[in-house]
Amino acid sequence: MHSSVGHWLILALPVAVVLFYAAMALLDRRRAPGARPVSFVQRNGIAVSTYLVVAVGVWTVLLIVLPQLYMIDLSFRPRLPPTQMGGPNDVYTLENYRFFLYGSTRSTAAWNTIHLKAFALTILASVAITFLNLLLCYPIAFYMAKAASTTRMRLLMLMLIAPYWVNEILRAFAIRVLLASSGVVNQALMGLGLVSEPVDFLGLDLGLYAGLSYAYLLMMVFPLYNAIESLDRNQIEAARDLGGPWWHIHLFVVVPHAKPGIASGCTLVFMLTAGALAAPQILGGPRTLWFTPIVYDRFYQAFNWPQGAAYAFLLLVACIVFVLATMRVCRLSLGEITR
Amino acid sequence: MTSAVELDHVTVRFGAFTAVQDATLSIEAGEFFSFLGPSGCGKTTLLRTISGFIEPSEGQVRIGGTDMRGLGPNRRPTALIFQNLALFPMMSVAENIAYGLRVRGVSRSARREVAERLLDLIALPGHADKRVDELSGGQKQRVAIARALAVEPKVLLLDEPLSALDLKLRQHMRNELRAIQRRVGITFIYITHDQGEALAMSDRIAVMNRGVIEQVADGRTLYEAPRTAFVASFVGENNAFVGTVAEADRDRALVTTAAGPLSGRNLRNLMRTSEAVLFVRPEAVVLGEGPLTGRATEVAYEGILTHATFELDGGGRMTATIPRGAPVPKPGAAVRLGYDPADALVLPREGFAHA
Repeated sequence: MHSSVGHWLILALPVAVVLFYAAMALLDRRRAPGARPVSFVQRNGIAVSTYLVVAVGVWTVLLIVLPQLYMIDLSFRPRLPPTQMGGPNDVYTLENYRFFLYGSTRSTAAWNTIHLKAFALTILASVAITFLNLLLCYPIAFYMAKAASTTRMRLLMLMLIAPYWVNEILRAFAIRVLLASSGVVNQALMGLGLVSEPVDFLGLDLGLYAGLSYAYLLMMVFPLYNAIESLDRNQIEAARDLGGPWWHIHLFVVVPHAKPGIASGCTLVFMLTAGALAAPQILGGPRTLWFTPIVYDRFYQAFNWPQGAAYAFLLLVACIVFVLATMRVCRLSLGEITR
Repeated sequence: MTSAVELDHVTVRFGAFTAVQDATLSIEAGEFFSFLGPSGCGKTTLLRTISGFIEPSEGQVRIGGTDMRGLGPNRRPTALIFQNLALFPMMSVAENIAYGLRVRGVSRSARREVAERLLDLIALPGHADKRVDELSGGQKQRVAIARALAVEPKVLLLDEPLSALDLKLRQHMRNELRAIQRRVGITFIYITHDQGEALAMSDRIAVMNRGVIEQVADGRTLYEAPRTAFVASFVGENNAFVGTVAEADRDRALVTTAAGPLSGRNLRNLMRTSEAVLFVRPEAVVLGEGPLTGRATEVAYEGILTHATFELDGGGRMTATIPRGAPVPKPGAAVRLGYDPADALVLPREGFAHA
């Protein structure tokens, strides 16, 4: 019985939300009698509006909202053999979340330090990588937006994009080859006499951090470029004319203007880094436990889908909360980010 | 007395293009000086050269007697007001005004004090904490001036700052700018393509054409005794007759033109057979008598004056302004036209664009 309630809820919830908003919109229109805005259908014609509604509706509800709701539902269920699904044992439970915290579905005696540590490491390292990415990309974006000639800008753009034609796994392996004990970097260092034995870049997780920083570089460069590009060059010149040194101009004229771009770049990079799978699996050292491979293992090694769903949901919530909190601190609204 | 700004054979080239050619002049301290010319004449380039955004290819810019070579805009005693003002939209009015002081490490309270004082000067008290986009066009204008004055420059450079305003406000801001300049007493260098603006505000004006300074003089001299054909045609309305000098002595020259032989003052001592243009101001044209005949094509009543355009029998066109009360020709009517040769100028044809 429980299970059917859950499934009904998953289907009904999006419909209820959509109906609620439609009702609100209708009510709003009734309350403002003077203003009669042209309706969506009148403006776009029946064919186009039907297409838009159906396409956007199918995309958001069927491909995004429903699977996510199903996963959340799954995360609150016990692991059962298929024959017992929907049976009397299929009840809502917190045991998957309990497992994340305590390493056991029942006992709360000891903390699940391995998973908790991996979780914290993933969040902290993602923050650090996002910050590093921002520092790396800001000068590039500024140069492209304000300093470079058109031809040089196009060349730079091509050089930035071209590596991303190579797929992610190949790129990660390339970095692994580069940083391995017998890799090019170590051989160069030893050849120059800087180190006597190879540096264990991968064991020190330097490979992982380098790979993750590199993986989402474009996600940072483009929002930054867009934001800086829209800054009136006269503002920079005015600041310079008033005596501003370059760092002051960047800090108080360019960065405040580019804040929405910085925020959307950071959000993208942070979310993608925290959720990255290929780079941690290929470049992670023997001791590293990035959280996403753990989630992956819950699904495919432990064959525990409910637990995997719970872990994935926790990561998602943590990332969203973190991003919203950061935006609150920086006094940014969601609307500004999407500008 | 040292000049505030001296240009010493300044030439600015961009690749093969010469934007400013051999500009030499000195601007006195405390002067309201304008550069006047059509767009693309090099006046903005010259302004950016003075402010330090462009280094001259040749020559020297001196401010207060000091060579400015190698000094960037942030290290020159100048402040530039941009055509679009370039106020910082994410800062308040007071923060905008005090930006230059913040850069110099002035304390917050002292900055506030200066901002309040300057807001009084530009007659905007109480606007300190407003956002820039809450201000009207004229108010933004004045805030931009205050922001530039806050760093106490020796020279204020203005790049057509009034061009974005509507006509009424523009005329009001002319007086305002002039008044502010008198109050603070520093040198203003003003760039404009609007001769009305330049004539109304400036102590002296440099007229520029194709990168060359054609004449530097006060407004009256530019209007009444232009040195070149370009200045005569650019400053104020003028009727131009292109021709060849047939007779010349020290005061008078007779020019053979398509409309017949015409005589005027020979200010530049032109010789016989030189190519010349004879200029007659519309207000100097006399109707009803004289050597020219024509037909009125357009008569436009403008209140205090009436503008009349005539198609001349020998070819070419002539406009006349007729004061209120004087008889006005009917469109299509044949009229004799003339002028007092003392009101006409004969200038070398060199540099005169439209034949």
